Order: sequence, then structure tokens, then C-alpha cells
Amino acid sequence: MKATVTVMLKNGVLDPQGEAVKSALGALGFAGVDAVRQGKVIELDLAEADATTAEATVTDMCEKLLANTVIESYRVEIG
Amino acid sequence: MRAAVVTFPGSNCDRDLAVAFEAAGFDVHRVWHKDTALPDNLDVIGLPGGFSFGDYLRCGAIAANAPICREVKAFAERGGHVLGICNGFQVLLETGLLPGALMRNGSLHFVCKPVGLRVESAASPYTAPYGKGAEITIPVAHHDGNFQADADTLSMLDAEGRIAFRYAENPNGSAGDIAGILSENHRVLGMMPHPERAIDEMHGGTDGAALFAGLAEALVSA
Repeated sequence: MKATVTVMLKNGVLDPQGEAVKSALGALGFAGVDAVRQGKVIELDLAEADATTAEATVTDMCEKLLANTVIESYRVEIG
Repeated sequence: MRAAVVTFPGSNCDRDLAVAFEAAGFDVHRVWHKDTALPDNLDVIGLPGGFSFGDYLRCGAIAANAPICREVKAFAERGGHVLGICNGFQVLLETGLLPGALMRNGSLHFVCKPVGLRVESAASPYTAPYGKGAEITIPVAHHDGNFQADADTLSMLDAEGRIAFRYAENPNGSAGDIAGILSENHRVLGMMPHPERAIDEMHGGTDGAALFAGLAEALVSA
């Protein structure tokens, strides 16, 4: 079973990299970019076949390692 | 007095930190990240600067889950002294021994230069020798030193005298110009500047030496 974890900085946490990308897009002539947020995507291949169990396990992984919940939020997609 | 310095793959200030502890009179034991036990009768653990595990995932995140860090955490929770510098500070935050997070510098640039610091709290063995309000110069060298925490945490740190150092001129965007913070019992210190790089005239300054000397003095008299 595959799982995809998307980790983003929480709303309200300043994202200097997103700001730099936004300004670079502006410099390239792309108008109308109001905001850019940069995060990361982590793909996992799991031996687990049950989606509910897999989601619970990956959520535990996010809490313990994959995300720093002080500043980051995460989303888990199974399958 | 006995100090342990932990080395992770990618640590690069471990030897400098050991030298600084030795100069202050500590008997230093080097510990590897895969070790599962600490030396006996330990007084302080140093978590050094560097790029543990290549800064993969988040700075300090993998190191914080290394086998030795379970022991470091237990040592701190028993009331032991822990000093985390730069990457070591990032590790302390990832273990949850200190609150907050260190993000990419606001400028997005790596900063490497001596910076002015103001001692905000003298109520710790590390900062007592300087005295509250003292101004010292210590080098920084980091890409991810932008300390952030929610407003409640920041005001709690301030109210409890747990802000050890503030930058005179903020080099990285840290909330409240914070350069270093203390645990609730004031025995765990995490800081981005490198006091171990300011203990000899040949370093260009010796303002870091008092931190190690003060710790040694506090441990002897304890």
C-alpha cells in the first residue's frame, strides 16, 4: 500500500522560502501570484494492506518524525 | 567533573566542544550516536554543532531519534545539565527538551560572523558568570537559526527568565531576537552562537570561556 504525506508550514508561520519563490516568479514576469507556500511530499511504500491501519501508522509517523507539529501541519493520503 | 560530547554523523564541532570542556577542567568522554548508554557519574552532556544526518528531513530531526538521545533525554529529565549548541540546539528542540522550533534564516542566507549578544538571564550555571545585561561577542554559523514559537510560549519564556541570550542585531529573523533559551529548571541550554569558538585569543575573542568555567564552578559547588 502506498501512502503520501504532505507537510506544510502552518498558516501564520512565515515561510521565507515561499516568499523568495514568489519574488522570483514576479521577477520572471508572472503577475498575480498572491502567495507561495513551500512544503514537502513524502511517499511511503507500506507492507500493510489495511487502509485504516496504514493511515493510523502513518499518522503516528508524522507525529513522531515526519512533521514538526510546532510549526508544521501534515496531511496523509492512503492508496 | 565529567562531561560527555555526543557525535552524530555530520557533527563537526564535537572536537571543539570537547576542547572547551577540557579547558574548563572537565574530564571529557566522547559518545557515539549509536551508543545506548552514557558514561557513569556524568555531570553534563554537550550536543555539538554541525549537520547531523545531513540536515535531512529537518535539522536535528533524525539525530533527536538516535539511540543515544533517549539517554540524553532521560538524563535531562533526571535533572542533568545539557548544553546544545547550534545543531545541538536544533536537536534539543526536536527532542522536546526545549520548546519552539528553528527555521530557515529569514534572509535565506547562511550567516557566519561574530555577533553581539545580551545576557538576558543570569539565573543559570551557564550565564551566571556574565551577569544579567552583559554584552558579549560570540560567533554564529548557521542556515537555520530563526527561532520561532507561539506567542504564549514566547511570553512564558520571558516571564520565567528562560531567555538566556538575545542578539544585539538580529542575524536570522528569530522571534524576540532570541539566541538561546533555558529549560524550566535552567539546566538545559540551547543556543545558536558557538561559545566553544570563542575560548582562545587565537579565536579572535574569549567571551565563550566563562560559560564553560561558570558551569564547572556551579557543578563543583553543587
